[in-house]
Amino acid sequence: MNLLNISSPHATRSGNTGNVMLTVLLALIPGIITLSYFFGPGHLIQICIASATAIGCEALVLHLRKKPIGFYLKDYSALLTAVLLAISLPPYAPYWVTMVATLFAIVIAKHLYGGLGQNPFNPAMVGFALVLVSFPVEMTTSWSAPSALLENGIGVAQALEIIFSSRETIDAITMATPLDLYKNQVEIATASEIYQNPLFNGPNQEASIALGWQWVNVAFLLGGAFLLWKKIFTWHVPVSLLLSLSLLSIFIGWDSDSYVPISLHLFAGATMLGAFFIATDPVTASTTPLGKLIYGAGIGVLIYIIRTWGSYPDAVAFAVLLMNFAAPLIDQYSQPRTYGHKKAVRGLAKKD
Amino acid sequence: MNMHHFKLYDFDGGIHPEQNKSQSTQLPITTAKIPQRLILPIAQHIGAPGNPAVKPGDKVLKGQIIAKGEDFVSCNLHAPTSGIVGVIEDREVPHQSGMSATCIEIITDGKDTWIDHQGLDNYLESDAASLIDCIAQAGISGMGGAGFPTHVKASIPASKINTLIINAAECEPYITSDDLLMREYAMDIIKGIEILQRILLPEQCYIGIEDNKPQAIEALQIALKENLDDTHNIHVVVIPTKYPSGGEKQLIQILTGKEVPVAGIPADIGIVCQNVGTVHAIYQAVALGIPLISRITTITGDAVSSPQNYQVLLGTPVTDVLSQANAQPNKVKRLIMGGPMMGFTIASADTPITKTSNCIIAASDQELPDPAMEQACIRCGMCTQACPAQLLPQQLYWFAKSSNLEQAQAHNISDCIECGACSYVCPSNIPLVQYYRFAKGEIKQAKSDKKSSEQAKLRFDIRNARLDRETAEKDAKRKARAEAAAKKQAAKKAAPPATPASGDATAEPSVDTEVLKQKVLAAQTRVDKARERLAMAQEQNLETADALELGLNKQIDKLTAAQKSLEEAKS
Repeated sequence: MNLLNISSPHATRSGNTGNVMLTVLLALIPGIITLSYFFGPGHLIQICIASATAIGCEALVLHLRKKPIGFYLKDYSALLTAVLLAISLPPYAPYWVTMVATLFAIVIAKHLYGGLGQNPFNPAMVGFALVLVSFPVEMTTSWSAPSALLENGIGVAQALEIIFSSRETIDAITMATPLDLYKNQVEIATASEIYQNPLFNGPNQEASIALGWQWVNVAFLLGGAFLLWKKIFTWHVPVSLLLSLSLLSIFIGWDSDSYVPISLHLFAGATMLGAFFIATDPVTASTTPLGKLIYGAGIGVLIYIIRTWGSYPDAVAFAVLLMNFAAPLIDQYSQPRTYGHKKAVRGLAKKD
Repeated sequence: MNMHHFKLYDFDGGIHPEQNKSQSTQLPITTAKIPQRLILPIAQHIGAPGNPAVKPGDKVLKGQIIAKGEDFVSCNLHAPTSGIVGVIEDREVPHQSGMSATCIEIITDGKDTWIDHQGLDNYLESDAASLIDCIAQAGISGMGGAGFPTHVKASIPASKINTLIINAAECEPYITSDDLLMREYAMDIIKGIEILQRILLPEQCYIGIEDNKPQAIEALQIALKENLDDTHNIHVVVIPTKYPSGGEKQLIQILTGKEVPVAGIPADIGIVCQNVGTVHAIYQAVALGIPLISRITTITGDAVSSPQNYQVLLGTPVTDVLSQANAQPNKVKRLIMGGPMMGFTIASADTPITKTSNCIIAASDQELPDPAMEQACIRCGMCTQACPAQLLPQQLYWFAKSSNLEQAQAHNISDCIECGACSYVCPSNIPLVQYYRFAKGEIKQAKSDKKSSEQAKLRFDIRNARLDRETAEKDAKRKARAEAAAKKQAAKKAAPPATPASGDATAEPSVDTEVLKQKVLAAQTRVDKARERLAMAQEQNLETADALELGLNKQIDKLTAAQKSLEEAKS
């Protein structure tokens, strides 16, 4: 008998980090399908561009860092970053915007900090924020109108052309996002006037929140619920985020003639994607149960503040990045009470 | 019996690993054959090892004491069968470290001849002291895994105890020895509990048992009904199956909602916890006079063709029981003593079964494959969800990895019970518990280093003080001599040959105090030296420290006496 000698535990659950990332990717599928259904094939093309860039960058950096490339690529973390980034970006942004964002996310935001697990900031959001401040024109004029509002919809060929070569035809398909539109118009118009815009209730004025967007958000919500059920993350971050955002929308923005209403805050922007897929990135989030509540609530508050009084129409990226800064500190002050202890330890260890 | 509903509490975290218990519960307990040689480690319990009471070549009878536990926290060891003592030497013993330790070998004679033995008559009327003595004589230590001497635990003053908890949870996968013991010996277990109740006088007794053992639960309930009238306070409490509900702290939490305070013991909250196997051993010792010489051990794993529970003599080499259970040696990849969560691998099948060996898993490669390669921690927090001690395992991992011991301590690493739930769920296959063991070891080392450096400093200070005093002493002596010489000179010059007697009389007392002063100084020096030697001995943890302390006290007494006589002479 040639016996293996190792210490306990001997039994482990099967699976690895790659399984976790693949599960998250799986949970994104309904959202991606919905996005493509309502906004054309733009996001699918962006996913391809971002994924190829991410895998290329990851492999290159791993090679430079003399790490086994295959082993690390199989954790699928680069692919997940790419997909999250691609669906956050405007669907018809030029290909180089996506590539720059992805390259920055993988090389700077992830690997320069030491690779997976070591990065203090959410890589996808770092990439997003970079291109948002660097290329404001491309980033604000590349959201298409819901296909239902376009005569011929958006074909694959047209999408490819807009993304890769000529942006001449883009004016025909772009439109502001509902959050952006409402925010800009609420200064001069009443809620019922703003709701006349087909962006909200569609061409036929059927009762809805925001054409297309509402279903995209529902799809991401379902994907998030799936991940909760699979215990990939806990309820703390999404619930506290949505709760704080809702409470502020109710208490400050109760008057929809002056402020964006709660329905749009929850179902018109990147809220559900942010709450279930971005803010829950475990590497950059707070890790203690209490800390997660604070962290999620903080993001919700920041989203509301930036959307309401800031100059950006959506705010998930900046809100998440700002709370990323705070996460290590929150962790220090939100440790749970250990079994047998009277109270929890708060703050750093005292130096002798 | 009292069937009122019990309020159960839950503990945080916990996991549900595959149970793998049914394999070994298909057959009843079988008595394993007496092997040709028994290997008996003299330390099968926590505390001081027993002192061998036999020499090679001695003939021993079954049940005869072969090693005496003479310290307070120690255990007797008995010959599990009759035979002749072979060698007494270091052999590989079942231990995480794979270390060797002193073992007594017995070459069995196959006759299994008992020494005279008998239990206590009317043991339920005996006083606590004689029951505890009976348990101590029988060499019983906790059979659930830790191996703490049972008589020490039973010696906790009854006034402090209100609840007796019998740990029958057996939450680790694979292990079924307690399950089968309860199915087959439920009556003896109830009688064992009565003995413990007689000693500890608890207000209530809970038998905590996981709901995956319906037959054992039924057996206990029937035994309770048949054995006791309706006034008894023993409750079979069925708890949900969740690992590690059988951890002492967790079981206490489930049954009472209370937590054992940090660095405390269950008795601090009025609770004593005993494993169900230990209770059975208590019954056998007290009622029948049978010392702890055998135990029920589960022999299981994919490499075993007929897994089942065996009544095994202590000291039986694992290989002997494995072959009885038809193990296929070439299929065995990992040999685990204990469960798959907290058990340890043994490097050789010649390692003996001891008082704490509840299970042997002969695992195949498919069953427990080599650990997967460690991936990066993504702080997913699944470990935090699984931790039954409400720790932050992923934070502890980062601190351990960076040797940040201060932070690891501040995050209560010492409260980790090493149950392995965190490693079990970790998607990145990080051997978390190994990191914690490393950090705990480093912390222990750092503490002991700090202690010995403090003691070295103390010794240095004492030595310096002594040297200073010695110098002062020498100076004083020199001064005294010079003065005396000067006086003599002056006397010679000034005094006529006939000196008045009164002059001598006045000079005498001053000489006398001078001598006494010197005596005090000398005694002071001896005290200092003794103190130094003691400090040195304490620093090296020498056993002579006690003797040196006595010596120091004597020297201090002498010093005080000298000082006293000096004072008297002066006045």
